Amino acid sequence: MPKQGVVPDDLTAPFWAAANEGRLVIQKCESCNRLQHPPARVCGECRADTMSWAEMSGKGHIYNYGVVHDGPVRMLHEDQPFNVAVITLDDDPDIQMFSHLPGTPADQVPVKGAVEVVFEETANGQKVPEWRVVE
Amino acid sequence: MKYVEEAPRTLYRSQENPGVWEHKGKVAAVGIGHAPTCRRWDNDPETCVGGISIRAMRQAMADAGVDPSDVDGLVIDPVTTTGAYWEKGKPIPQDMLDRWVSTDDPLDGLAQNSIAWLLKNMPELTGVQFAMNASGCMSRAIVAAVQAIGDGEANTVLVLKAWHNFEGRYYQGGANAGAGLPGTAALRNLWGAPACYSTAMQFNEYCRKYGKSHEMMAPFMENSRRNGLNFPEGYWAQHRPEELTEEDYLAARWIAKPASLFDNDIPIMCSGAYLFTTAERAKDMAQKPVYILNHASSRRPARSMLPTLEEVEDETGRTGAKIYEGAGITADDLSFENMYDGFSLFHQFHLEGLHFRGIGFGEALDFYQTDISISGPNPVSPSGGNIGAGRSRFWMHTDCIQQIQGRAGARQITGVKPEVGVSGGPMPNGGDFTVWGVSPD
Repeated sequence: MPKQGVVPDDLTAPFWAAANEGRLVIQKCESCNRLQHPPARVCGECRADTMSWAEMSGKGHIYNYGVVHDGPVRMLHEDQPFNVAVITLDDDPDIQMFSHLPGTPADQVPVKGAVEVVFEETANGQKVPEWRVVE
Repeated sequence: MKYVEEAPRTLYRSQENPGVWEHKGKVAAVGIGHAPTCRRWDNDPETCVGGISIRAMRQAMADAGVDPSDVDGLVIDPVTTTGAYWEKGKPIPQDMLDRWVSTDDPLDGLAQNSIAWLLKNMPELTGVQFAMNASGCMSRAIVAAVQAIGDGEANTVLVLKAWHNFEGRYYQGGANAGAGLPGTAALRNLWGAPACYSTAMQFNEYCRKYGKSHEMMAPFMENSRRNGLNFPEGYWAQHRPEELTEEDYLAARWIAKPASLFDNDIPIMCSGAYLFTTAERAKDMAQKPVYILNHASSRRPARSMLPTLEEVEDETGRTGAKIYEGAGITADDLSFENMYDGFSLFHQFHLEGLHFRGIGFGEALDFYQTDISISGPNPVSPSGGNIGAGRSRFWMHTDCIQQIQGRAGARQITGVKPEVGVSGGPMPNGGDFTVWGVSPD
């Protein structure tokens, strides 16, 4: 599915740069070792500002999903209905990411099923982490 | 005039074990005002968001029998968008400029409210000494205002929230229509989930955990529309007096399955204003005072992208405890509940957190299958809420006041004596809540 282009900003630049290299990185607090996503200036737990980026295994599970029939993003309208799943990372199941689950038909989603990260190109060439169901 | 750009965190009672509110029963609601609703702005300057705001504020003062010069405080939510924005660079209509006194910000009165604009256009408000923004929704403005009155910042305070809605579909413009997104926004928005998606996800978890289904929402939806059609100030009663049947609800198209069209409230233009004052002054006003027994706030960020059901249930349970402790009451004291429903699929989270009528987590949808009408022993959402009267996030407060005053008309609760009500929202894990009582103690 076509996705809008992404213009990395200060906060998220390392995430997007890693995606272009085929790596999934998540923000990590150097003070309390807690992973955090979405990224923020400080740790949501200990408030330290010593945030770094840690590479993830790229493995996860489907926590939940919905089927979008009438969404707000114009570029996606032609593909409705489509899945939007909540993925939890195996490295830390508290960390969630969204996915269209490429290759999985709408509303035929194996909840709790294993997934692995892939990287898709968006409209401006920036790559974005997506997730495919592991057979 | 003391001007507070944004209500400070210290005004909100979000802490655990708050103790009984220090101003319990010392602040009261005495006036209500609403302008007529409409689906979208008709380009008449009289019905712009500022125009309908002024109309509601004047009505609230008249309702209370208060002379405008006696109002010494103003608390507003300046944000008025339903998801519709005035296009950047689009000229302000000349008749707007002719009709209203402008401020430095051309969007004031058109696509937002401001204290400066309201005061310029309501010259009768000669006594305002305290003005404060409390951005978020009416629930937030109310709790900030009643705390400010209790703290002695002002005695007689108008509280305002209004909404504008323009041509075009909800949230379909702006960045959503473009080809690119900033990196931070992209982490959420690239996948194109609509606003109801997060709630739909929690509802999914709820159904899986407790063995419930979307179909079980139907009695709640029917009840909400029925009550909403008896709410003459609301959108459905004014413009589309149509019952919502179980068949209608179950046949509705999906927005983000499991959230359907009717699980989303309809964006409208509307305004609501309340007049609050001290319990002492309230005795002399036109309407029976409705006393504020407590206010409580919930401020729980999600651990990651979306709150999980576990997070929601934990937070609603904490909020329920704060609501009761601060008011010095228990769940048994609640006559009725008017918690927020601006996605219908989270109303049960509020209800279960309150343990309304003793229900526990996972039991609300079964409770919906019992008599939850205004004539039964367990009135649920007698206002009809956003689902029954359109998106305002304030019908529930109006209803609490009217029920306790005994002037809710065809919506008047008859199955129980309406003595103590609770309202508030919006989100189960982030909102502001008020307890209303027929007596100060």
